[in-house]
Amino acid sequence: MFQPDFEGMPRTDIEVLQLERLMKTLSRVYDRVPTYRSKFDEVGVHPDAIRSLADLANVPFTVKDDLRAAYPYGMFAAPMREIVRVHSSSGTTGQVTVVGYTKGDISRWGDLMARTLASAGATADDIVQISYGYGLFTGGLGVHYGSERLGAATIPISGGNTKRQVQVMKDFGVTVLAATPSYALLLAETALEMGIDLRDLPLKAGVFGAEPWSENMRKQLEEALGILAIDIYGLSEVLGPGVAAECECKNGLHVNEDHFIIEIIDPETLQPLPDGEMGEVVFTTITKEGIPVIRYRTRDISRIIPGPCSCGRTFRRMQRVSGRTDDMLIIRGVNVFPSQIEQVLTGIPGVAPHYQVVLTKRGTLDHVAVHVEVGADFAFDEIRELEKLRRRVGAEIASALAISIEVKLVEPKSIQRSEGKAKRVLDLRAEGSV
Amino acid sequence: MIQQISVFLENKSGRLAELTRALGNANVNMRALMVADTAEFGVVRVICDVPHRALGVLDAAGFGATITDVIAVEVPDRPGGLADVLETLDAAGMNVEYAYCFVEPTGEAAVDIFRVDDPLAAEAALSAAGLVVVEPGALYSAD
Repeated sequence: MFQPDFEGMPRTDIEVLQLERLMKTLSRVYDRVPTYRSKFDEVGVHPDAIRSLADLANVPFTVKDDLRAAYPYGMFAAPMREIVRVHSSSGTTGQVTVVGYTKGDISRWGDLMARTLASAGATADDIVQISYGYGLFTGGLGVHYGSERLGAATIPISGGNTKRQVQVMKDFGVTVLAATPSYALLLAETALEMGIDLRDLPLKAGVFGAEPWSENMRKQLEEALGILAIDIYGLSEVLGPGVAAECECKNGLHVNEDHFIIEIIDPETLQPLPDGEMGEVVFTTITKEGIPVIRYRTRDISRIIPGPCSCGRTFRRMQRVSGRTDDMLIIRGVNVFPSQIEQVLTGIPGVAPHYQVVLTKRGTLDHVAVHVEVGADFAFDEIRELEKLRRRVGAEIASALAISIEVKLVEPKSIQRSEGKAKRVLDLRAEGSV
Repeated sequence: MIQQISVFLENKSGRLAELTRALGNANVNMRALMVADTAEFGVVRVICDVPHRALGVLDAAGFGATITDVIAVEVPDRPGGLADVLETLDAAGMNVEYAYCFVEPTGEAAVDIFRVDDPLAAEAALSAAGLVVVEPGALYSAD
């Protein structure tokens, strides 16, 4: 651990610290950011009325449109003379949002990213290649400051020029790679084309984030690069990379709870959900000065993994982000995220994690059929075994989703492969009953 | 032991024809074919002259296929012939998952294919009982 005093803090102390910092942050934004003042006034919540962490549930949410409307600096809570850095989102989903950092923000960000790198096993002895893009995107510079804070030798190569990246990795003796997971795979493929096997290099760990990736991809990366691959999480509105990261246990990402309060809410009712339940991730920053965000709705779907982690960190873990609220389905009144199905399927030998959900009406009831590919490696010679497999998939999906479903086994490789945009759901409910 | 090809098929019209055409185009000669089906899917089992090549052909054509070890036994052409075979398997504690039959081109004996848990032990038990276990070489070339 990079900061064991914080990362291993007793839970009660974390909550005391969170409340103290939350109250300070709420006052700060109420005094300095007109958007927050009017939002709070509208529902009659004054920062002084927030006296426990549970009271946070009375505070209004912040959404991306609030930040867009305040473009560029409208939601900054520090004067420009205190802002030392500006980043912005890519704007692929609408107008860009702009975030600003004070000197203190940059320093704390460095600490958090150093924690992240340390949880991948990196120390001052390591040589870190940062293949995230440098620029307005928070990835490159975010990891950069963390790597320097850790004391590692930092190679700010940024993205692109893949052959040169491979050459640098080999010649400079790189031990830790920071990149998007898809770029890391491209590096491995390019290396092979160049006759270099990355597994023969000193490379030992990778921190991968900025895009969703799966357990399967982890296996691929760990095999192709001969490394420990960990998932890191962050978004520019909240900080950038460094909000949460997996530890060596690779079972959920520890949220840096001394700087952020995480909530999981039901995206329909907007009510907070207990630990363990899937919903939308909401963050409140409690140490940021430049642009704090209060109950920011990320649209990311995850859950808090209940219980402590064996690594010794006491910060709660969020499960790897498995989708966006935009993908949510409401089936017989139950919120269902298709990615939950994928998670169930990865845990069942004999089926491939490729599926399609087909929704129809039977009378007035929603009917759900899940088409699942029989795994190419499944010995499907016996009907009995196939039926057993079908029942198991049905039971496990039903228990994960809390709705009953029909499972249809389909031929290997017959479902369209996901490139992030595969059509996973076929909703025919509007077309009348069948 | 005999290597049988098992193919998982959804019940879609024309799928079995596609499968046999793919094998035919690749010049694979089938000795026996058996379809087991449910309402939604089926398993097609094939004995052919070049099992490994056939597997590659099916894989390339987008079918999900695997190889399953089965046993083949010459069944005596007299009343009670099949019962002798099954009783021998039963006495050896062998559970028969499924069985099907085909006739050799010579027309002299019927060959029965059995799927059992432990094909090697089953073959030993059958040989010990004086029954004729068919060797792979008699059905297909070792490809």
